[in-house]
Amino acid sequence: MTSATPATIPAARTGIWGWMTTTDHKKIGLLYGVTAIVFFVVGGVEALFIRAQLALPNGEVLSADAYNQMFTMHATTMVFLVVMPLATAFINYFLPLQIGARDVAFPRLNAFSYWLFLFAGLFLTISFFVGGSPDAGWFGYAPLSTQLDEVVRMDYWALGLNTLGVASIVSSVNFITTTLTMRAPGMSLMRMPVFSWMSTIVSFLLLFSLPMVAVGLFQVYFDRNLGTLFFDAAGGGDPVLWQHLFWLFGHPEVYVLILPAMGIVSEVLPTFSRKPLFGRNFVIFSGIAIGFMGFGVWAHHMFTTGLGPVAEAAFALTTMFIAVPTGVKIFNWLGTIWGGRLQLNSSALFAIGFIFLFVIGGLSGVTHSISPADSQQHDSYYVVAHFHYVLFGGAIFGVFSGIYYWFPKVTGRLLGERLGKWNFWLMFIGMNLTFAPMHMLGLNGMPRRTYRYGEGLGFDMWNLVATVGSFVLAFGVLLFLMNAWRSYRRGEAAGDDPWDARTLEWSTTSPPPVYNFAHIPEVTAEDDFWHRKYGVDEQGRAARRDDYVPVDQSTPPPGLHLPSPSYYPILGSFGIFMMITGLVYVPWGLLATGAGAVVTLWGMFGWSMEDLVREHH
Amino acid sequence: MKQAEHQRRPGRRSLPILLILILAIAASGCSTDLPQNSLNPAGPAARQIDDLFWLVFWIATGIFVLVESALIYATFRFRRRRDDDTEVKQVHGNTRLEIVWTIIPALILAAVAVPTVATVFDLRRAPEPSENALVVNVIGHQWWWEFEYPEYGIETANEMTIPAGRTVYLNITSADVIHSFWVPQLNGKRDAVPGRINHLTLTADAPGEFLGQCAEFCGLAHADMRHKVFAVPEDEFEAWVAAQQEPAAVPTEGLAAEGWDTFQVVCTACHNARGATPTVSREVIGAEGGEETVFEVSLAPDLTHFGSRTTIGAGTFTWTEDHLAEWLDDPSSLKPMTPERNDLTTGRILGMPDFDLSEQEIEGLIALLEAWQ
Repeated sequence: MTSATPATIPAARTGIWGWMTTTDHKKIGLLYGVTAIVFFVVGGVEALFIRAQLALPNGEVLSADAYNQMFTMHATTMVFLVVMPLATAFINYFLPLQIGARDVAFPRLNAFSYWLFLFAGLFLTISFFVGGSPDAGWFGYAPLSTQLDEVVRMDYWALGLNTLGVASIVSSVNFITTTLTMRAPGMSLMRMPVFSWMSTIVSFLLLFSLPMVAVGLFQVYFDRNLGTLFFDAAGGGDPVLWQHLFWLFGHPEVYVLILPAMGIVSEVLPTFSRKPLFGRNFVIFSGIAIGFMGFGVWAHHMFTTGLGPVAEAAFALTTMFIAVPTGVKIFNWLGTIWGGRLQLNSSALFAIGFIFLFVIGGLSGVTHSISPADSQQHDSYYVVAHFHYVLFGGAIFGVFSGIYYWFPKVTGRLLGERLGKWNFWLMFIGMNLTFAPMHMLGLNGMPRRTYRYGEGLGFDMWNLVATVGSFVLAFGVLLFLMNAWRSYRRGEAAGDDPWDARTLEWSTTSPPPVYNFAHIPEVTAEDDFWHRKYGVDEQGRAARRDDYVPVDQSTPPPGLHLPSPSYYPILGSFGIFMMITGLVYVPWGLLATGAGAVVTLWGMFGWSMEDLVREHH
Repeated sequence: MKQAEHQRRPGRRSLPILLILILAIAASGCSTDLPQNSLNPAGPAARQIDDLFWLVFWIATGIFVLVESALIYATFRFRRRRDDDTEVKQVHGNTRLEIVWTIIPALILAAVAVPTVATVFDLRRAPEPSENALVVNVIGHQWWWEFEYPEYGIETANEMTIPAGRTVYLNITSADVIHSFWVPQLNGKRDAVPGRINHLTLTADAPGEFLGQCAEFCGLAHADMRHKVFAVPEDEFEAWVAAQQEPAAVPTEGLAAEGWDTFQVVCTACHNARGATPTVSREVIGAEGGEETVFEVSLAPDLTHFGSRTTIGAGTFTWTEDHLAEWLDDPSSLKPMTPERNDLTTGRILGMPDFDLSEQEIEGLIALLEAWQ
């Protein structure tokens, strides 16, 4: 066992091969983040096409066929290839840092999740070039999704989603194991930062919900390709079965999308208010409550399906009451700001914007739980307005808050504040211009997923406003991309702890060394890093400790074991990519499936045979 | 100090007022007299829903104004001023406050739950025999609606005529994929699910014309699957039924007769004209509570009284000779369909093909269809 000099550590891990074989959770987090941003642009362009088509009555920008592909892929992209991987990016990068670990529990499995996610995303993208993208909605209601057996579009959808699901299940297992086994000494579960808590809850939600939709997606695939009749009423199947399977996943999924953002805001607001999170345990437990209750509300997506009044009433009630833990969080964030000294920078603005918009989305959500009212709102633009307030105003604003917050930790440079404010206000105004009018459109009777609408129904003005808003929004996002690029190249140096923050990731260097912490921190309190820097004075105000000395985290201790780079994760996931591509083109494609199976097995075999740690530092 | 601060920002108190104003403007945008508007109820079911919606809307508005005002106030009040580096009191929470703001929303929701559950059961109630309800079978097709009146043996497509003031009880199912029947001014929507029968009651307070359209994504031409409900006085309804019960008249001379020759060759594989053509149909089974009902459904819209309708292409275009001529010339140019996937052996029809009709043939067909009042 020889001790290498620090200089050799990055040398073995740079360049394109370095990225392809990396098992470093931070690099994998970055790969997730950058990939998700690319897909965010793709999904955004799809959205702009949709809005361009709907700007005027009887729009002719897109054909009906193109429009149906566009909205199917917009949703599929934004849910599975943007918001989920953005959350995974943050979890990957910051969960180990926040709990004082050197990496995740299974570094190669982590790489495998990313590559599988990337290949599944590419797989869905390929469909566009070989006969058209999926076109039966992101929710793929059977039998529409199973009847279009002449084309392969929905095969791409079913297989692509299932593969993304595998990637998510794998990373969930990884994150759960990481939080349960790799916390620094003294970091009890209740001392874990709230973002790490939300990440763990999300991982459990994915672990339990994805298998349900996986079953359904296989059934869709079998109905389409093997002649099974799971969802064919005439053959004794039941189309409603699909809806149950999909929404049993689909509703926990909503919380999968929003809880990480809630975790981010719960980190950002205390830091910039210079106060601990108000009612921290309430926030954590309401997150757990949301997680549990999230499994008991799925049928509120099916109020018009014909479940009978008993089920309708029951799900109306559960849906109403999930608003309670959600409301608790909002009040606690208010309590955090209250009496603080809020530094209103871009990150804080996005966090405040998140609360403002999420309140609107939450309240319109309560109007859905009134199931008779939902029978009017369901599948109308009112619903589109609602979930964009939750998922754009909520999840995306939360993520942007997180990007402004953690960019300096990741790059060592601050994200520009001037462009940041422009970015926020354009997105905030654009977002409201785009989605607020959709409330009116829905109540005025405009159904969603319609490629055109006639004149004289009162849809004209609001649609035009929404389209204008969507371009303002897009411009805001463009400014963000410029800002990120410029700041990455020549932004202001951040230092290790630019925000005087509270959690462990700020106690190491920016960017963190490959081993995260030279000395694993000993945790003695919630917000341990803060308590090392600050005590309280007689009036209960924070007071800088005179004796605080930052720990030098930049010199690696001898004998440090780091996970070795490995080619096998990317190899194994490429095999799966070959398998699913082959499955689209039955029967001849099965040759590719067979070859893919061999490649995957090769990857798995090599993986289990290779030395765990080949480098010693 | 406090006073001075207050004077610096005189707009603080007006914040809630501003928020209410924005909402009021927004709400005014809804309450217009639009034909497909859920906020303009024209029947008891829609009104019951509307009342419930506004109850919740105003509660939500109250919460919205309170929470958002508090948020904006707190953001401004507690923001860091330039060069202000004083530290703040480290408050970790307040259990009493937390319990209060957990319980209050729960109580508000419990209060809302009572009328909600009551309305759910009320709206799903089947009509009493004493209500003498009119039964209409609604069958969704890609991409049009079939309306059967089993009591009278008549059938229409995309336009439903009902007696104003009388309860109409719909049996809703689908011949292919899931659709959703929705006439916002009369009631909420109800899915047409293959293999199942769902119900909806429609009652129009007064005569009128109510628009709707399919609300569940059903494929290519989902946007062009619209429908109308005409509520007419009871005596007019009787007259309408009597007229609809007349078979299609076979013309013997003129342009319409030429059209009839074309019709028999080109159209009868899918379309019915009752009394004039052999009936083409297929069976669709709908189940409810373990009992199965067989619906004999058409493959394409019944044309027996096509001339009496106001729209073509499932409510998408007004019935004019020009539109009809365009339609007959190339149906998919007006409305996207996939006739290349039609399968006459299973009766699955996904659109009208372009039959390469000559101008002469088109004129004949228009004359024929116009005559079928």
